[in-house]
Amino acid sequence: MSRPERPRTSPITPRERTNREAGWKGKWDGSPVRRRALADFDWWLLLAALALVAIGLLEIYSSTAHTRYAGLHIRQFYWVLLGLAIMWTVVFVDYHLIIEQTPVLYIIGVLMLLVVLVVGQTISGSKRWLGYGAFSIQPAEIFKIILILTLARYFSERRLRTLTWVDMMQVGVLAAIPFVLILMEPDLGTALTFFPILGVGLWLGGIRWKMLATLALGFVLILPLGWFVLKPYQRARLMTFTHSDADPLGRGYQIAQSKIAVGSGGLLGKGFLQGSQNRLGFVPYRHTDFIFSVVGEEQGFLGVLVSLLLFIFVIFRSIQHARSARDRYGVFLVMGVAALLAFHVVVNVGMVIGLMPVTGIPLPFVSSGGSSILSTFMALGLVLNVRMRRYAN
Amino acid sequence: MDYRELFTDETKTTVSRIGAIEHVVGAVFLILLAGFGYLQLIQQGRYTDLAERNRIRTIPMVAPRGRILDRDGRVIVDNRSSFSIALLRENTKNLETNLPAISAGLELDIAAVREDIKRFKTTPSFQPIIIKEDATEADVAFVDAHRLEYPELEIMMVPRRAYPKDGLAAHVLGYVGEVSADMLESHDNAAWQPGDLVGKSGIEKEYNDFLTGKDGYKRVIVNSRGREMGRLEQVDPVPGNELRLTIDLDLQRVAEQELGDRSGAVVVLNPQTGDVLAMVSHPDFDPNQFAGKMTPADWNALQDDPRKPLLNRALQARFSPGSVFKVIMAAAGLEAGTLKPDTTYYCGGTVMMYGTLFHCHGGHGHGTVGLHQAIVNSCNIFFYNVGKLLGIDRISYYAHKMGLGEKTGIDLPNEDPGLIPSPEWKLKTKYQPWYLGETISVAIGQGPVGVTPLQLVRTVSGIALGGVFHTPRVVTLNQNEGLKGAAANASNERFALKPETVDIISRGLWGVVNEGGTGFEARIPGYDICGKTGTVQVVGSGAKVNHAAGSEFGNHGWFVGFAPRENPEIAVAVIVEHGGYGGDISAPIAHEIFRTYFMKKQGKQTPGTVIQLTALHKPVAVEENVEAGTPANFADNTKGAHKP
Repeated sequence: MSRPERPRTSPITPRERTNREAGWKGKWDGSPVRRRALADFDWWLLLAALALVAIGLLEIYSSTAHTRYAGLHIRQFYWVLLGLAIMWTVVFVDYHLIIEQTPVLYIIGVLMLLVVLVVGQTISGSKRWLGYGAFSIQPAEIFKIILILTLARYFSERRLRTLTWVDMMQVGVLAAIPFVLILMEPDLGTALTFFPILGVGLWLGGIRWKMLATLALGFVLILPLGWFVLKPYQRARLMTFTHSDADPLGRGYQIAQSKIAVGSGGLLGKGFLQGSQNRLGFVPYRHTDFIFSVVGEEQGFLGVLVSLLLFIFVIFRSIQHARSARDRYGVFLVMGVAALLAFHVVVNVGMVIGLMPVTGIPLPFVSSGGSSILSTFMALGLVLNVRMRRYAN
Repeated sequence: MDYRELFTDETKTTVSRIGAIEHVVGAVFLILLAGFGYLQLIQQGRYTDLAERNRIRTIPMVAPRGRILDRDGRVIVDNRSSFSIALLRENTKNLETNLPAISAGLELDIAAVREDIKRFKTTPSFQPIIIKEDATEADVAFVDAHRLEYPELEIMMVPRRAYPKDGLAAHVLGYVGEVSADMLESHDNAAWQPGDLVGKSGIEKEYNDFLTGKDGYKRVIVNSRGREMGRLEQVDPVPGNELRLTIDLDLQRVAEQELGDRSGAVVVLNPQTGDVLAMVSHPDFDPNQFAGKMTPADWNALQDDPRKPLLNRALQARFSPGSVFKVIMAAAGLEAGTLKPDTTYYCGGTVMMYGTLFHCHGGHGHGTVGLHQAIVNSCNIFFYNVGKLLGIDRISYYAHKMGLGEKTGIDLPNEDPGLIPSPEWKLKTKYQPWYLGETISVAIGQGPVGVTPLQLVRTVSGIALGGVFHTPRVVTLNQNEGLKGAAANASNERFALKPETVDIISRGLWGVVNEGGTGFEARIPGYDICGKTGTVQVVGSGAKVNHAAGSEFGNHGWFVGFAPRENPEIAVAVIVEHGGYGGDISAPIAHEIFRTYFMKKQGKQTPGTVIQLTALHKPVAVEENVEAGTPANFADNTKGAHKP
């Protein structure tokens, strides 16, 4: 406190800072993994994630067998292998190295979002995909991770106990650029995932209650304006959510059929491959966004309970890793991932039983879809990464 | 910036705020679990029901009506399969918004569809409403292609009646149509539902219960597009009973052809049993028109046609019997004793009775005539005298006893009882006393006397049998075992006539045909054809009317005959409206029928047997089908009736 202020000569990099914090005086030794760190790898977390993947593969099989999507579980399996490889890569690169490259990643991500708007594949009215056929990915999905990294770096390096309005503006602009680009695809669901990441960042970054209240008030005031930004189908979805029983064969059809599927599953479910709502095609998008309705119908409340407990395990164990993180970078990274996962699970699962509006965001680890699997395993890799390096060495 | 601040580990303050996040996430997950618990544990029953209702659909399977065969077992009426487009109201909630597109796609009148839906308002919503019958391939494709948008549309396979395309025996067979609102209300046992097909006339109406099958249904598993994925339960429809008629297709065909385009009626009877061998009424109609949905315009056109094609002239139209009535007069006179076999009267062409001048035909008179000559030459003057002696009461009594003025009791609906006038009848209906002069008119079958061709042939042939009047039948019990009820039982009324009465009349009627009488055109040497002609003047209201054959006021020509003279086994009545003299126009028709009958009896090929079943339904390609020996193609949907 009483020390005289020293002038900064050059911006300090995350690596330098971490090294200093750890009392590391010498040069970076270049070894990506330490023996000690590998011993701290959280196998339980990976196991829980793989259990969810297994549930997903089974239900993808059940919901696509004898349809034109038959064999999708095989493709999903390869995506999972690719996801694990990426996760492994992420795990073995010190997260400080990753954070260091955030500006580059941010620019690349924004460029990809711009590219997708120009040359992306248009599928059911949205330009979301880059690539060809089965090997398409959604840049927006990947950008969620980039946003976590960006905010983690921003908040970690804001070392004041509280946030100022200037911080708010800077963070706001950083998030708003990709947010608007993703809304233009349009992909409202993915765009909405920015809010929990941003929210957790602000909260952990030390936002004051007064500022929070002001933000909340502003949000409520701006919300009606958002109505005019929404596309007609998005408005219809929201209308359906608020008046769910008004139109059970029209727009409310998905929700109504999904609820029937889940409700008719009962305690023990109808059994694997036995769900009539699933097999007869009453629930649309049942291998992607509505896959949890298949879990509910075929595996019953027990299956739901097991799946949700696995998610709770993954999320809360991640939060524990945030607590034990070595530095603020780690805390923000892991909490960003936890927030993202929790938001996905809550919105998706809530949507299946009509507690949330239909936003079209996938269930992590479970829903069929390459981009989702890749970004989720990337996120999981970050958590494992932070956990492995919780001790300064 | 404070150096220490920069290097101080700040994770603590950050971590302290994590707890709040944990609580929020935990609480949200609890809410989710509660939501699933509510749905899956508490509301499970309700959602299980909904899931079942989603996947299971009950589809009615319409039973085909029984086929109708002729007396030799040849098929007259069969069924063909057709597609109907049904509306399943329970499958949709935005029917009203979809209706315009559906109507356009199926080329339907939207007002008519709305009307249909309105009619079914009181029925449960799972009951399908047929909005289009005999759907085309395009219609079926439309429904198939729009299963997702219009889940309320369903394609149903419905058996439909296939009648002979040329209107053969149309009036006997009748037609089927959708059960009317009146019938639905009047029928107490609720056997019918809106949209059911029931017999509306003819055999189809009379034997509706016997012909109607029992509809089945199937409960099928359907996917979200309504496509059938599996079957849970199926109750097969039970086809209706096959009904064998007394109609002989050979005779029917010949009678149809001989009457041709002229309007009139032909009835062929076996007087010994009452079996109706042929019954023709022209102009006819195509019963196939009724088998599908009929437009009001088509219906009105048939109803309002001045030629009255829907009327079965054989038993629903009342004609003056004309000279044929002389047979009844002769029998009545002989039985009453007012006419002796050797009675003669002088015919001078005219006679004055009760202050009115009555004419004989021909003008110059027949001279002194006995009963035999009076019948052969159809002398009016002779029968004026017979009638004068008998008086109206006895004429009425004997006519009734011999089956006139009353329904014959044939097993076809809406029979006309005819009319045999009496002073009581006149007083009751016209509030006028009976004028004796009217008796003279009645004696030659003019005046208010009204008979149906069926009555007349039954009465004349019954007299030839010695006074046995069988109830005419188009269906008999001995050919249809499962048939219950008195309707199928042949019965007869006896009014025993003196053998000499029968003998003298039969000989007279033989003479009409074989001794150069008015019916000579019916003669077949060696076959003892007997008969009586009649020519009825059509009274027009105008002062000057044209009695030429074919005109609106042309004479109706009768021929009623039987063969052989003793124990006749075939009796024929022919009436041609506005056709001219009975001997010229009707006797030749009867001649062809007698000829066919005896040819067939001797095992020869008849003009009728040449025409195979295939010809009935597909006259265009007769030869082709006969050669190939293929069964009738009932699925053929050629529009319009063919007149070969």
